Amino acid sequence: MIHSLFLINHLGDIFLEKHWKSVISRSVCDYFFEAREKAVDPENVPPVLQTPHHYLISIYRGKLFFLSVIQTEVPPLFVIEFLHRVADTFQDYFGECSESVITDNLVIVYELLEEMLDNGFPLATESNVLKEMIRPPNILRSVVNTLTGGSNVGETLPQGQLSNIPWRRAGVKYANNEAYFDVTEEIDAIVDKSGTTVSAEIQGVIEACVKLSGMPDLTMSFMNPRLLDDVSFHPCVRFRRWESERVLSFIPPDGNFTLMTYHISSQNLVAIPVYVKQSINFFEAGSCGRLDITIGPKQTMGKTVEDLKVTIHMPKAVLNANLTATQGNYTYDCTTKMLVWDIGKLNPQKLPNLRGSLSMQTGVPNPEENPSLNIDLKIQQLAISGLKVSRLDMYGEKYKPFKGVKYVTKAGKFQVRT
Amino acid sequence: MSASSAFNDEKGGSSSVGEPEYGHDPASGGIFSSDYKRHDDLKEMLDSNKDSLKLEAMKRIVAMIARGKNASDLFPAVVKNVACKNIEVKKLVYVYLVRYAEEQQDLALLSISTFQRGLKDPNQLIRASALRVLSSIRVTIIVPIMMLAIKEAASDMSPYVRKTAAHAIPKLYSLDPEQKDQLIEVIEKLLADKTTLVAGSVVMAFEEVCPERIDLIHKNYRKLCNLLIDVEEWGQVVIINMLTRYARTQFLNPNINESLLEEGGSGDKTFYGSDEDEDEDEEEKEKKAEVAAMAKRKPYVMDPDHRLLLRNTKPLLQSRNAAVVMAVAQLYFHLAPKAEVGVIAKALVRLLRSHSEVQYVVLQNVATMSIKRRGMFEPYLKSFYIRSTDPTQIKVLKLEVLTNLANETNISTILREFQTYIKSMDKDFVAATIQAIGRCATNISEVRDTCLNGLVQLLSNRDELVVAESVVVIKKLLQMQPEKHSDIIKHMAKLTDNIQVPMARASILWLIGEYCEHVPKIAPDVLRKMAKSFTNEEDIVKLQIINLAAKLYLTNSKQTKLLTQYVLNLAKYDQNYDIRDRARFIRQLIVPTEKSGALSKYAKKLFLALKPAPVLESPFKDRDHFQLGSLSHLLNAKAGGYQELPDWPEAAPDPSVRNVEVKESVPEWTKCSSREKRKEKKVEKPFYTDSEGESGPTESADSESDSATGSESSSGSEESGSGSESEESKEASESEEEEEEEEEEEKKKKKKDLKKPVQESESEQSSEEEERKHQRKSKPRKSESESESDEDEESESESSQSESEDSESEAEVKKKKKLAESKPPPKPVKKESKKEKKEMSLLDLDDFEPAPSPQVTPVNTFLSNSLVTDLEGLSLSDSVLSPATIAPSSTLKSYELLHRITGEGLSVEYCFSRQPFSPDANMVAVQMQFTNNASSDTKNLHIEDVKLQSGMRVKEFPEIELLPAGETATAVMGIDFCDSTQAANFQLCTHTRKFFVSIQPPVGELMRPVFLTENEFKKEQGQLMGMNEITEKLTLDVKCRNEHTIVQRVTTAANLSRVPCGSDKECRFAGRTVTSGSLVLVTVATKEEGAAQLTVNCEKMVIGTMLVKDILQALTQ
Repeated sequence: MIHSLFLINHLGDIFLEKHWKSVISRSVCDYFFEAREKAVDPENVPPVLQTPHHYLISIYRGKLFFLSVIQTEVPPLFVIEFLHRVADTFQDYFGECSESVITDNLVIVYELLEEMLDNGFPLATESNVLKEMIRPPNILRSVVNTLTGGSNVGETLPQGQLSNIPWRRAGVKYANNEAYFDVTEEIDAIVDKSGTTVSAEIQGVIEACVKLSGMPDLTMSFMNPRLLDDVSFHPCVRFRRWESERVLSFIPPDGNFTLMTYHISSQNLVAIPVYVKQSINFFEAGSCGRLDITIGPKQTMGKTVEDLKVTIHMPKAVLNANLTATQGNYTYDCTTKMLVWDIGKLNPQKLPNLRGSLSMQTGVPNPEENPSLNIDLKIQQLAISGLKVSRLDMYGEKYKPFKGVKYVTKAGKFQVRT
Repeated sequence: MSASSAFNDEKGGSSSVGEPEYGHDPASGGIFSSDYKRHDDLKEMLDSNKDSLKLEAMKRIVAMIARGKNASDLFPAVVKNVACKNIEVKKLVYVYLVRYAEEQQDLALLSISTFQRGLKDPNQLIRASALRVLSSIRVTIIVPIMMLAIKEAASDMSPYVRKTAAHAIPKLYSLDPEQKDQLIEVIEKLLADKTTLVAGSVVMAFEEVCPERIDLIHKNYRKLCNLLIDVEEWGQVVIINMLTRYARTQFLNPNINESLLEEGGSGDKTFYGSDEDEDEDEEEKEKKAEVAAMAKRKPYVMDPDHRLLLRNTKPLLQSRNAAVVMAVAQLYFHLAPKAEVGVIAKALVRLLRSHSEVQYVVLQNVATMSIKRRGMFEPYLKSFYIRSTDPTQIKVLKLEVLTNLANETNISTILREFQTYIKSMDKDFVAATIQAIGRCATNISEVRDTCLNGLVQLLSNRDELVVAESVVVIKKLLQMQPEKHSDIIKHMAKLTDNIQVPMARASILWLIGEYCEHVPKIAPDVLRKMAKSFTNEEDIVKLQIINLAAKLYLTNSKQTKLLTQYVLNLAKYDQNYDIRDRARFIRQLIVPTEKSGALSKYAKKLFLALKPAPVLESPFKDRDHFQLGSLSHLLNAKAGGYQELPDWPEAAPDPSVRNVEVKESVPEWTKCSSREKRKEKKVEKPFYTDSEGESGPTESADSESDSATGSESSSGSEESGSGSESEESKEASESEEEEEEEEEEEKKKKKKDLKKPVQESESEQSSEEEERKHQRKSKPRKSESESESDEDEESESESSQSESEDSESEAEVKKKKKLAESKPPPKPVKKESKKEKKEMSLLDLDDFEPAPSPQVTPVNTFLSNSLVTDLEGLSLSDSVLSPATIAPSSTLKSYELLHRITGEGLSVEYCFSRQPFSPDANMVAVQMQFTNNASSDTKNLHIEDVKLQSGMRVKEFPEIELLPAGETATAVMGIDFCDSTQAANFQLCTHTRKFFVSIQPPVGELMRPVFLTENEFKKEQGQLMGMNEITEKLTLDVKCRNEHTIVQRVTTAANLSRVPCGSDKECRFAGRTVTSGSLVLVTVATKEEGAAQLTVNCEKMVIGTMLVKDILQALTQ
C-alpha cells in the first residue's frame, strides 16, 4: 500500500519524509517536480503519476503537496482519501495545515503518521482515537510537560480502538453540555449571459460541535426530510433508522465533526438568491473596455445577503481598471489579473453598481471571451433548500444539554457567464 | 533546538535532489565539527538518567529522521533505551529502530528480547505494539521469531492483537517470501475470525500474500458480506475489491441475456430509471425471453450469495469515504444486473463536489462507465457542466463525460454548452472541446452539418491552436461525405497560407489530395505553393506533400507532372530517410518507365481508393477490462500486483463450497432459504445497535431489533447470535478443529451438557433447545403443523426473494427457490439430531424449522405468558422449569455477557426474566447464568465499579463465593434503567480477574404488564393522544396474519399484557414502564390482506418511538 510520504512546500522543498517500509530515496520526487513544472498551476498536477519503479499519488492542500509513493496496485482514491484524512488530522490538531505549523510540531506529526499507518495500511484514522493516543499540543500542557517531564503520548489503549463506536472517546466529561449544529448550504450554479440558470445544485453539510458528557444518543429529525435524497453520513449515523424513519440517530464523536453531507441535484429547482446584470465590452479602437455590473436580490426568502463579493479573472490584455463602485470597494491585481469587488451587505433599495473603464494593452487583439463572474455571498439564518431541523433529542443521559442549530447559505461555485 | 533546526532546514532544502545520505554525511560537509559535537550531545543526553533529557534527545533525533537526515550513528545509544519506562521515549525509540534496523542488523538484534518480553505482557496494547515493532524490523535473521510471534498473536484473545498479527503478515512476507505457505495458514485462520476489527486487515494480508487462493474465501464469503458494514472504512475498500474478484469467478453473468440481446442488435440505449423506459424494459424482457428461448439457455437466476453481496454493499454508497463509494460503484458496475447499476450514479455524482483529486479519479471512472452505460448518467448531465475555475485536467475529463453522454435528445443542449467552452481562455481546453464536437458529430448524424459549420467558423479564429485543431477534426468529418463540402475544402485550401501548425497543414494537404477531383482548380495551385516551401516544412507535412503530388499526378498529370517531379527530386535528397524512401517508392509506382512493374497499373487504385471514414473513439473505450477504481484503470496500464478481473464463468462453480462445515451448515443453509430476511437484518444490525462480532459488552443491543421477531424468535435468536452467542460458539467450534486444547475444552463442555441438562435448561437458550428436542420427539404427531410451517417459511422467503429480485420473473425465482430449499434440509437434519446435544449453536436450527415453540402453544400465549411470569414471580427466579411449562417464555432471549474465551473459561449469559424484581419494584430483573468452563474453580464472583448514566441504579447480586470447574450458577440482579435503553456498564470480578461488561436492555424489557379492562384502556388512550400517540401503517408478515401470532409476537417484543377487546380486528396491550410507571398502550388493528395499523400511546415519546420500531419489526418479519 502506501510506501512513503513526502511533504513538499510550494517551492518544491521536501520538509518531511516518512517511510513505512524500506526507505525510498527522495530522488523519486524528481518525477513529481517535473510534472509540477509542466502543469504550471499546482492544481493541474496529475494526482497520479507513473515512474519507472513507483507510482506517485499526490494531493494539494493548503499550498502543500502530500506526495505518497506506491509500489503496487492500490485504488488511487484509497490513497487520496487517506492523504486528505492526514491533512484533516493536522488541521484538527494544530488549527491549520501549513509548513510552519508542521515543522514546529515535527515530532507530534511523526508520531501521528506512525499511528495512522502500519506497513502502509491505515490503522487509526479517527480523530477521537488519535487524540487519546497522542494529545494535541496546547500551551498549558507544554509548560507542564517541560516541568514534569510528562509526555504527549497517552499511556492507555484508547478504548475506542476496541469498542463498537471507535469514533467516540470514552469517559467524556463537560461542565457545560452543549451541542451545536451548523447547517451550511452552498449553491453551485452556472448562470448564463441572459440570466437564465444553466445548472444549479445545492451542496449541504451539517457540521456539528458536540460537547456532551457520557454516551449521549442523539436523534435529529427534520421538518422536510424528503428533500434529502442523496446523502452521505458520518459512520456514527445509523443508516437503517434513516432509511425507515428519515431521522438521524447517532452517538456522536466528541468535538467537531461532519455529521452528514447532502446533495440536492440540478434536477430539483434551486433558488438563486441574486441576479447580476452585467456588460463587459472590449473595444478594438482605443484599446479600452467598459465594465458595468449591477447586482440585485432575487430569491432571498426575505433575508439579507451579506458578504457579497464578485471576483473576475480578467483576460491577460487588461492592464488596469478604472472603476467606481456605488457600494463597497474594488481592487485589481495587475499580476494575477484578478478584479475583486467587495460589496458587503446587499441593500435592496439601492442596488450596488460597479462601472468604469478598463485599460487594455495596445496592439494585442481583443480577448474574444468575456471573463466570467464568480460570486460569493452569505445569507445567515437560511438554508436555501428549505431544510429545517425540527428537533434534537438526547437519550441515555440525564442532564439537559444546550442545543443550537444555525443555518447559513453560501455561494459555492457560483458562476455568471458573460 | 530552534537553532539547529533552522540549520537543518537549510540543509534539507539544499539536498532535496539526490541522495540525502551523502549530503548529510558529517564528513562531507563543512560543518564537520559542529555536527559531531551535536551528536555527542545527543549521546550524552541519551545516556543520562533523566527521562526528560532522553525525551528531548529522542525528539531531536526523530526530527532529524523526519527531515531525511542520517542519524544512524546514534544507533547504539538509542537502542539502549528500548526498555525505557517512559512511554513516549519508548515510542520514539521504536520509530528510530524501525527506520534504521535494516542498516544495522546486528545491533538491532539487541532489542529483540525486549519485544519478545512484550509479546507476553498481560496488557493487550503492549502485546500489540511489541508485535508491530518486531514485525516492522526488517532483519532477516529474526524471521523465525516473527513467524512464531505472528502465529501466537493470531490466536490471541484480544482482537486488537489479532488485527496486529494480520498487519504483520505482509511485512514478514515481503521480508521472506519463502514463508508464504506458513503465512497462508495463518491467514486462513484469521479469515475465520468473526470480529470486524480483524476482517479488513486480514483481507488486506490476503490480497498481498496470496490473492490467487480464492478458495480460502469460500467459507468466509457470507460472513465477510455480513460483517462488511461494520468494518472500518479502509478495510471495507479492500474487502469489496476482493469480493468483486471473487464474485467474478463464482457467479454467472447477470447480464448474460442482455448481452445476447445486444448482439441481436438492440444496442445499449436503454435508459434506466426514467418512466418512459419502463415499457422499453418490458419489451426488453420479452425479447430477452425470446432470445433466451432461442439460445435454449436456462433462464438466468441469480445466486443468492451474489444477491447477498449486492445487497450488503449498497448502503455503503452513503459512506463519507470516497474510496468506499468508489469501491461499491465498481462492484455494482462489474457485478450487478444492468437494471440495478443505476443506483451508483447518484453517489458518484455526489463525489464530484469533493477535492479536485477525488474528482479527477471519479471522473476517469465515470468516463469509462458512461461509454458502456450511458443512460445511467444522463439524468446528471448538468452536473458535468464545466466552470471556468475548474483545473484543466478536470475540464477535459468532464468534457469526455459530456461527449459520452451526448445523444439525439440532448445534443442541442450539449452543443450550446460546448459553444461557451470554445470561447474559454484555456486553450488546451478549447482544443479538447473541438475534438469533442468532432466526436459528437460523427456519432450523431443529425447534427453533423451543424457541427461542421460551427467548426468551419472556428477556422477564422484568431488562435492558431484552435484553428489547427478544427482543421484536424474537420478533415475527419469531411471524410464521411466529401462530395457535399467542396466549398469547405476550398476554404481550407486557402488556410495553408496562414496556418503553421504542422498537423493542421498535413491534414489540409491530405484533404486536398484525397478530394482533388472536387477542387480541380485549386489543388495544383496548392501543390505549387507547397513545392516552394517544401524544404522548410515539418516531416509530416513533407510526407503529405509527396502524397498530394502523387495523387495529383495520377488524376491531373497534364498540369502537375513537372511539379511532381520537382517535389520528388527535393524529397530524394531530404535528410529524413522516411521521406527519401517514400519518394523513391512513389516515383517507381506512378512514373511509368520501361522497367516499371505490374503495380504501376494499379497506382490509381492504390492511391485513390475510397478510404473508410475514421471512427472517433473515446480514449476511455474498453478501459473497463481493468477493474474500475484501480490504479491500473487510471493509468490504462497494468500496475504491479494488479489482479486481473476474471471473466464470468460459463457455468457457475459449485455454490455449496460457501456452505460452512456440516455442523454449521445447518444454519448456513437455512440462511439460504431465509436469506432475504436475514440480509435485511444483518444490514440493519449495526445501525441500530452498533454492536458487532465478538465484543461482548454491547452486543445485547441487538435485541433491540431482533428480540422482536415473534414467532421467529428462534431465528431471531440465531440472528442476534451473530452478534453474540451463536457466532461465538461457531467460532469456538471452528477453533475446535484447529486446536486440540480447544477441543478438549469443547468436549468437557459437551460432557457437562450431557450431565446437567436440567440446569442447562435454566438458560433460556438451552431451554429452547431442549424444547426443540422435545418437539422433535413428538414430531410425528405434529407433522401437520410442522409441514405447514415449512411451507409458510418457504412461501415467505419466496415472496421476499421475488421482491428483491425485481428484474427476475417470479416464476423463475420460485422454481429455483424450491430447488434450493427442497434439497438441502434433509441432510442437515440428520446431522443435527446426532449432534444436537453437544453444540449450543445448534439453536440455529430453528431458522429452518421455523419457530417451533409458538407453533406448539400459540393459542394461550398471552395468557400463559403472564401466568408464567406470575409463577416465576412466586419462585423468585431460576427455578428449574420443565420445558413444557417454560414453553411460552422460551421466547425470551438470552444474551451473552461474557464469552468464555474472553472470560478465560468463565462464560456469562443473561436474560430479562420479566419477573418483578422483589427488592425494588423499579428495577428490571436480569437473570444471569454463570458457567465455569475452565479447569479451575472460580471464586468470589461479584460486581464492582458500576458505571451508570445518571439516575440509573443497580442492585447487585449476592457474591457467588465458589463456582467449581464445569459448574453453572445463576443469580438475579436488578437494574433501574431509568426508562432508557442505555447500557449499564460494570466490572464482573472473580478472585483473579476483572471483566468489563455491559447490559443493554431492549426497549420492550423496560416495561411490565398491567391489566386493564377495555374501558380503562380506552379511557387511558383518550388521555394519551396527540404528541403521545404514534401510528404506523404496516403490512403484516405472511405468517403473522392471525390474532394469535400477532399477540405472540408483540408480547415477545415487549413485556406487555393483553387487554380484552370486543373486536376481533384489534389486539390491545398494556404495560407500564418500570421506573416511572408511565402507561404504554399498544393497539394493532388489522385490515384486509395483511394491512394493519399499529398505534402506540405512551407519555414517554422516546419509549413510544422505539417500541413502535421494535413491534413493527416483530410484525413485519
